[in-house]
Amino acid sequence: MAGNNFFSYISSFTKNGELEMSNGYDIVVCGSLVPDPLQTLEPIMGPQGPGLKNEMMLPAVLDPWAGHALYEADHLAKKTEGSRVFLVSIGPKAKLQQLMMAIGQKASFELIVKDGPASGFTDAADTARVLAEAIESIPGLDKSKLLVFGGCASASRDAGVTMQMVGEKLGITDHFLAVDALEISDSGSLKIKERAESGQYLLSECSAPPALIAWATGNLPEPPNNPQIGMANMRKIMPALQQAGPAGIESAGLSFAEVTIPQQKRDTKIEKDMPVDDIAREIVEWIKG
Amino acid sequence: MEKILFIANTESDGSLSKIALEVLGSAIELAGKLEGSTLSVGLFGTSIQEAANSIADCGAASFSGVEGEDFADSRYCSDIAAVSELIGKSEATLVLAPANIRISRVLPGAAVRCNGKIDSRISRLSAEGGKVTAQRWFYRQRMTGSFSRDTRPWIMSMDAGSSEAVPTSSGTAHVDMLSVALSDDQKKTKVLGTESPSTNAQTIKPDANILFVAGAGWTKKQADGQIHAEEAEKHILGFLEKAKASLGSSKSLVDQGSEGEAVLGFMSHLNQIGQTGASPRHQKGLATCCHGEEPHVIGWRFINERRAVNADANCGWAQGKADVLYVADAFEVMTKVNELL
Repeated sequence: MAGNNFFSYISSFTKNGELEMSNGYDIVVCGSLVPDPLQTLEPIMGPQGPGLKNEMMLPAVLDPWAGHALYEADHLAKKTEGSRVFLVSIGPKAKLQQLMMAIGQKASFELIVKDGPASGFTDAADTARVLAEAIESIPGLDKSKLLVFGGCASASRDAGVTMQMVGEKLGITDHFLAVDALEISDSGSLKIKERAESGQYLLSECSAPPALIAWATGNLPEPPNNPQIGMANMRKIMPALQQAGPAGIESAGLSFAEVTIPQQKRDTKIEKDMPVDDIAREIVEWIKG
Repeated sequence: MEKILFIANTESDGSLSKIALEVLGSAIELAGKLEGSTLSVGLFGTSIQEAANSIADCGAASFSGVEGEDFADSRYCSDIAAVSELIGKSEATLVLAPANIRISRVLPGAAVRCNGKIDSRISRLSAEGGKVTAQRWFYRQRMTGSFSRDTRPWIMSMDAGSSEAVPTSSGTAHVDMLSVALSDDQKKTKVLGTESPSTNAQTIKPDANILFVAGAGWTKKQADGQIHAEEAEKHILGFLEKAKASLGSSKSLVDQGSEGEAVLGFMSHLNQIGQTGASPRHQKGLATCCHGEEPHVIGWRFINERRAVNADANCGWAQGKADVLYVADAFEVMTKVNELL
């Protein structure tokens, strides 16, 4: 694989006929929208299964971990000449359009859209199938240079399974989950830090792409809005939204009995005027009790 | 008639983790509720006989395993080869596994290879009239859903606390060892080891009795108009050491480093709880200087006893979520608490 990959890096020749090495990657980020975390969510049962009350009216944000994946992809592409970044999204077109007005100003990417539900109650297997098909359809996709990025779990389904199924369907057999750091070595190998049990990191080295990387928070801040990037992106984003075909997600064979919000309201005792010494004593007794 | 397969990896010392024994407990309970069902066990790791022996008396009809140095480390390529072989050979219709990080990474891919469907982080399983129903959280612990599937194999990873851990014994299990050979391509990834976060203290302790949640208020200007980040570090680390507590943080606090604001040196994104962090399980939780939904609702969904120290008596997130809200200066309170501890 490493040898094949080496030759795949040789992507073009200069005018003088000399070899021009390109270490560029095709970075595909999977991510969609979720309700703004500050919104109150109320489940409802409909004929098609559960959903959220007023779901289409809820303000939406880019799924947080997918957002980190997108910013990491943009960062890596800027460092690695010849790279391309794609964002593959399944969601209601109208809501995705609103979202792209904001996200499109933060990172450069080409958008691929499938019009369908972004609900937390859809079957992850269906979502993975549609994402994998969308990725396969990218013109000129070079799988020997492919890095599939996404969040390690969504803020909607919160299953943490979709990305691995996408990778498996694409024939990618090196997966990394809950990644906080990716470093490309001089030899082109990928050095990866994954979150492991008990607050530790698992360190791995993958000799070459393709690889699937499901990000946790990473280490990059959210980029500031850049209107120039937004203008450049929008020239491609709007046609992509207009051309979006139906996702065809049915969640067949999955039937919900109920979805409820647990009643966990506690009768909070508020101590406003208790002296600090008494508070500390009470806390210590509680800890030791 | 369901064929239930319990799958787990062995730990580096050859044992089974607590969560694995809890999920085995769920598998045994489920088998008891499904008439005519069978339970089998599939293990993988460096060496699995010791782990199989420790649960030899669990009532499983058969044990199978994949072992060897190739399966010592948590690596997708080798793990999926082992897990797919265990599922395929067992012809299981229901597969239960612990939702630890190693299993969580590999199980979805195994579901694809076995033409099954997967659901993760199941918190409870029930069966009535031969129909299996699973329950899990959606929208980051905001709501629970109960559902069932027609597809088999139905593969499920289960969260900690789903059942009582099965007590271990010292029997002898006959294990059918399966042969799984890896090609060079399947060893493209090499595990280099583990590393602690680049902080100067081990602050995440999943087995701790108490979770201490630090909010962004610790690094804001205090009554004297100054920021006291170093003093905050001293108070928090002192408490963690004396109370043997685990440390959680609000998103706003861990984000501050990248925003150029004062930070606590030992705090990393691994400490973050809430929407984009963990939802740890501890008996008690003490939140300090936290304002907002994430630490109070999502971050400590699985904290049984909750108290908060907060300068704002009207903090709507603490009210209704904490058992006791102390309206006070956290610096003063934690100084005294540490003295008393």
